[in-house]
Amino acid sequence: MIPTDCYYTKEHEWVRVEDATLVVIGITDFAQDQLGDVIYVNLPENGSEINQSAQMGEAESVKAVSDLFSPVTGTVVEVNGNLQDAPELVNRDPYGDGWMLKVELSSVEQLANLLSADQYGKYLDSGEH
Amino acid sequence: MVKNFVHSYIPHTDSERREMLDVVGVNQIEDLFLEIPEKYRDPNITLPSPLTEMELLQELESLSAKNVQVGKMPSFLGGGAYSHFIPSVVASLTSRGEFLTSYTPYQPEVSQGTLQATYEFQSMMCELTGMDVANAGMYDGATAFAEAALMACRLTKRYRVYVMDSISSHYLAVLRTYLLPQSVEIVIVSDYINEIDGDAACLLVQYPNALGVIPDLASLGKLIHSVDGLFVVNVYPVALGMLKPPSEYEADIVTGECQSLGIPLSFGGPYVGMFACRNEHIRQLPGRIVGKTNESHGDRDGFVLTLQTREQHIRRENATSNICTSEALIATAVAIHLALLGPRGLRQVAQLCYNKAHYAARCISELPGYYINPHAPDKYWFNEFVVTGPKSVDVLQKNLFDQGIIGGINVTDRVKGGLLFCVTEINSKQEIDNLVIALNNMKES
Repeated sequence: MIPTDCYYTKEHEWVRVEDATLVVIGITDFAQDQLGDVIYVNLPENGSEINQSAQMGEAESVKAVSDLFSPVTGTVVEVNGNLQDAPELVNRDPYGDGWMLKVELSSVEQLANLLSADQYGKYLDSGEH
Repeated sequence: MVKNFVHSYIPHTDSERREMLDVVGVNQIEDLFLEIPEKYRDPNITLPSPLTEMELLQELESLSAKNVQVGKMPSFLGGGAYSHFIPSVVASLTSRGEFLTSYTPYQPEVSQGTLQATYEFQSMMCELTGMDVANAGMYDGATAFAEAALMACRLTKRYRVYVMDSISSHYLAVLRTYLLPQSVEIVIVSDYINEIDGDAACLLVQYPNALGVIPDLASLGKLIHSVDGLFVVNVYPVALGMLKPPSEYEADIVTGECQSLGIPLSFGGPYVGMFACRNEHIRQLPGRIVGKTNESHGDRDGFVLTLQTREQHIRRENATSNICTSEALIATAVAIHLALLGPRGLRQVAQLCYNKAHYAARCISELPGYYINPHAPDKYWFNEFVVTGPKSVDVLQKNLFDQGIIGGINVTDRVKGGLLFCVTEINSKQEIDNLVIALNNMKES
């Protein structure tokens, strides 16, 4: 259910390491389910710097607008342009086609601050979210 | 103070009061008023004895009769609030219960008629300004202008706003009220600006400006876009009947006071502000937007409040703006007024304003000792112009008034010895000729 090849945050973002310091980030299945039908995603521009735990954008659904918090610190190297025209990809395939950003990490050590799939699963089960 | 007096609507108990006073650090409520000199603190007010309803009405009417009203006496006042003819149909339709008694809809979809009226208003604002999208309306032109500055800050993530010094001082005051507490800096720039700093969130311009002059939007738009700031233009909507819409000068946000479109002058309100922008910026648009959609079962059109998720009642402190209402009834009146005029009618009104104002200016300029727009002799203007005369502005104003004319706003802070005159379609040729005669009576002796 929760992909084991990703890191997670308590704000329900996932991080997948592609290649050394290059990571892909998105929001989890739980997050998309809570939001409902996503109709708009506002993400930082290519080349911008983002900081772990700081607000990096917004996801808007028919019932709410939620802040997106960056799970990592680094430089945005690619933005998923498909989300402009097809934001529903976030609902349909949150860990795949619904990815949001590719980021060049400022350091790999910061990944230690994130949750493993196992920890994230326990966090969801705990009901503290 | 009356002790132990229990007021039906004030729920605080004595012990709660005590607690609050302790927090503030005073002994008794009276201590909160010590700043007020004692002789004024508890004045002895001597009121006249009570009147019957009939006597009271007579009293109020006699007080009211001391006012001079626009319409009872020829007026040449403008400066942001304009006297235009309003067909009786506007009041007759807007006073229908369905419009008059309905508040801005919070359970909106049950009020299809109200939503459709607002949708028509928005559509007309788009047609008038040439912009892609308009909201349901703001409190007035000045607050719309300030909201546009805040929107530009959100979009550019810059917090310095450039404002032309030719904007109305009232609008500048409202900008200060809105922007300064949010740590947005206001930089005042002159009409002759040809360079702008790279940290500009936007450039705010009035079209026409506070003295009636039409600014060079083309070059100002290019200038602010050269640093990727937004171009914000505040309009006098009637002028758009003949001037090119701001969209043709690449405006990003257009605001304006819609009082001139069917709303009578009344101590500054209630008015309604227009707010229009480009599609790409719609998610930062403050206020409410009515959208048109169709039924899920069936093929009828329906109207809904759209993008509500960004409004205050849902997003709380993260809302796009803290306006979460609109001047729905006033906007409805504006839509009715514009529907009555139609595009050709509005153009005629604008043309009449322009022609009559230029006729007045030409006649006044021929009087000895009088000058028109000495601060901007070569600039185009719409229906407001500055007159300097052989006497001080106070003397000119008083003399005009004594001759039965409400004339000119004192603009000496901008133009030495200047009075700002406004002419609309409502001013007859006779009135204008009388104004010229009255001014001529005051020529240099």
